[in-house]
Amino acid sequence: MVEVTLWGSLAAAAEGNSKIEIEAKNIRELFARLSERFPRLEPLMARGIAVAIDGTIYRDTWSKELPTGAEIYLLPRLAGG
Amino acid sequence: MNFDPSHSKRSFSSVGTRPIRPDGVDKVTGRARYGADFNMPGQLVGRILRSPHAHAIIRKIDTLKAAQLPGVKAVLTAADLPDLTDGDAAMYDILDNCMARKKALYDGHAVAAVAAIDARTAKQALKLIEVEYELLPHVTDVDQAFAPDAPLINDTIFTTGVDPKPDRPSNVSMRSQFGHGDVDAGMARADFVVERTFKTEQTHQGYIEPHACVASVSSDGTADLWVCTQGHFVYRQHCAQLLGMDASKLRVTSSEIGGGFGGKTHVWAEPVALALSRKAGRPVKLVMTRDEVFRASGPTSATSIDVKIGALKDGTIIAADATLRYSCGPYAGAWAEVGAMTAFACYKLENVRTVGYEVLVNRPKTAAYRAPSAPMAAFAVESAIDELAKKVGMNPIDFRIRNAAQEGTKASYGPVYGPIGIGPTLEAVKNHPHMKAPLGRNQGRGMACGFWFNFGGQTCTDLNIGMDGTVSLAVGTVDVGGSRASLSLVAAEELGIDYSQVRTVIADTSSLGYNDMTDGSRGTFSSSMATISAARNAIKILRERAAQMWDILVEDVTWEKGHAVAKGETHGNLPKLSLKEIAAASGTTGGPIAGHSEIVADGAGVSFATHICDIEVDPETGATKVLRYTVVQDAGKAVHPTYVEGQYQGGAAQGIGWALNEEYIYGKDGRLQNAGFLDYRIPVCSDLPMIDTQILEIPNPNHPYGVRGVGETSIVPPLAAVANAVSNAVGVRMLHIPMSPPRILAALEA
Repeated sequence: MVEVTLWGSLAAAAEGNSKIEIEAKNIRELFARLSERFPRLEPLMARGIAVAIDGTIYRDTWSKELPTGAEIYLLPRLAGG
Repeated sequence: MNFDPSHSKRSFSSVGTRPIRPDGVDKVTGRARYGADFNMPGQLVGRILRSPHAHAIIRKIDTLKAAQLPGVKAVLTAADLPDLTDGDAAMYDILDNCMARKKALYDGHAVAAVAAIDARTAKQALKLIEVEYELLPHVTDVDQAFAPDAPLINDTIFTTGVDPKPDRPSNVSMRSQFGHGDVDAGMARADFVVERTFKTEQTHQGYIEPHACVASVSSDGTADLWVCTQGHFVYRQHCAQLLGMDASKLRVTSSEIGGGFGGKTHVWAEPVALALSRKAGRPVKLVMTRDEVFRASGPTSATSIDVKIGALKDGTIIAADATLRYSCGPYAGAWAEVGAMTAFACYKLENVRTVGYEVLVNRPKTAAYRAPSAPMAAFAVESAIDELAKKVGMNPIDFRIRNAAQEGTKASYGPVYGPIGIGPTLEAVKNHPHMKAPLGRNQGRGMACGFWFNFGGQTCTDLNIGMDGTVSLAVGTVDVGGSRASLSLVAAEELGIDYSQVRTVIADTSSLGYNDMTDGSRGTFSSSMATISAARNAIKILRERAAQMWDILVEDVTWEKGHAVAKGETHGNLPKLSLKEIAAASGTTGGPIAGHSEIVADGAGVSFATHICDIEVDPETGATKVLRYTVVQDAGKAVHPTYVEGQYQGGAAQGIGWALNEEYIYGKDGRLQNAGFLDYRIPVCSDLPMIDTQILEIPNPNHPYGVRGVGETSIVPPLAAVANAVSNAVGVRMLHIPMSPPRILAALEA
């Protein structure tokens, strides 16, 4: 079980929950569980979401493990210039 | 991939040196081949017809006369580009932007195209295309477009990010929000509050090389595209999808690039060139004019930003709040969202809130521009921070140091920071001789901080060792700022050979696995991770080959400074084998020696910078002159320090131009008034002093050498640093960028 923090707009689509406890061992499972639990998140997730684990942002490594007790924060998946 | 985290204590042989750039001779002698320098036998000239209207329904396009003109080989409209986007809204917007389907959405929007035997015929053909428009009300200003009664640009846009979903469409495509704490309660406790509204005008990346490509589609369905781009693999994906091709059948080769800065991360005319070639059955060369680059590629957002910051008497910022409205062109975007994330990222804040609104306008589709969206947010926040410091009675730099984020701080956009460089850059600026230099009459000094995320992404690299022991490194991240030199240094470092023995090339899309584009300051960061991994894989093979040559176990062979060394009591007397000796024997020890790597280079380290600017303002004319400028930025580890300094200087120069001169000017008719470098003035060498730089190295713990991206952060502070300098020089707070002479005079007279 990990605690995940959602940024403001994402929280609004997750029935107002800014923190969610969820059973997931990696990023892939986290996204799957979130979609199941909050279908309204899907359009935002389709746009792209990054996951910050203890401050390091992961955009593409969906196999990345989510350590128990780690700070896990969902962010928009951004582009640069 | 797992790395030795002891990089911060590592000493380097090649990394950190300053060899001459490998592309230098070609570039200064004119041998380098840019997008427009490629030609094919029998190629045609492609040209695009563009809407002169800001907003209009396309009732009818008659291309018959153009098609019948001798020398015209193909005429194209949206009807030739069927919608193959399969519900992908972002791809549909790209398709519609490449060729308008139902409506022209801005002055310059493509509506038809031709391919002809020469430029004269192509131009003549464009004049023969008859387009029947029904004009619609337009809106080009971000605040006017935000208003509820604004002309509606797209009736399918309903604001996302709000609850409940709106019951009618608007020009606001998305609301986003970030922050933590209780801003209202914090603000109520503040002893001092600054509240301001700032505006920035739309600017272009200003790359010197216009968009250019040559497309060649064969009758067997295969195709080649030679193009100037920041991401040829992404161009391949987009073009293949829009044209219904298999990606593997389209080979894209990137040319040298004469600047991109984010503007060459998106396809504009390339799908049109391919479609023309497919229709004509001949290669088509399509080169944008400067006018087209301004009117129809992707400038940055115009913005309107409200900032409110409160502080206690002791100088602690107790609450920070911002509402950011960013124009995104006529399509949905996510630019204000990035501004909202970066706005307060430099500071340690208990109570912070940022709200971003994406606003559709009848202007070209907004594209990324170097640390996209961050400079405008930094302008607003850093201007307000300067003003608040004065209210509190503190020096602006001490005020920033007191409130600077540090390792363990919860970032304003959410996560907790690891090791970061904002504090060290501020301390370095405080102690810099520039800060102590005297100022004269009508002169002012300003400083400002900036933040950018940096990204990694998908990366693939091949490292091949020739039989003579020299090394070819093939990467897929386009070299926009010197990465070939940096990656050669990294390969030399890992292999333990001289830099001169490595040549790095950018491979085409048929020669290497997929690579994300060079954006997000990822080129050197991600490809160096892949290069290190590929080199280490090659070293494994080199050790195996040495073991064969010695007839000992590979476990008894180590790699030290470019040589295989036999270890152990029974092998200690074996003379070491150089990479060159092992390569020479490769034909009889198992064949070619190579190392490959395919990675997702996550773990980019965030980046901070602090800038100082001295400026003189002529109070009679409003003219400005930058007297001195200093950049201090954290690079993590500078692989090639000269290139790092060049990135710092380049970003500062672009930011100064943005701050003082550059802006898109639209008439009441919705048409762009200054689509050329005579009327849209970017700084030239004579406008600027030598930009001083100081590299700090706070290692990124997620990179084996500690590297952070360095390409973008340097454009974030200049708008605010210059604005603070001008405000200090004239004694009036500047609220509107660019601070052109008329705007400065207006501020003085207000």
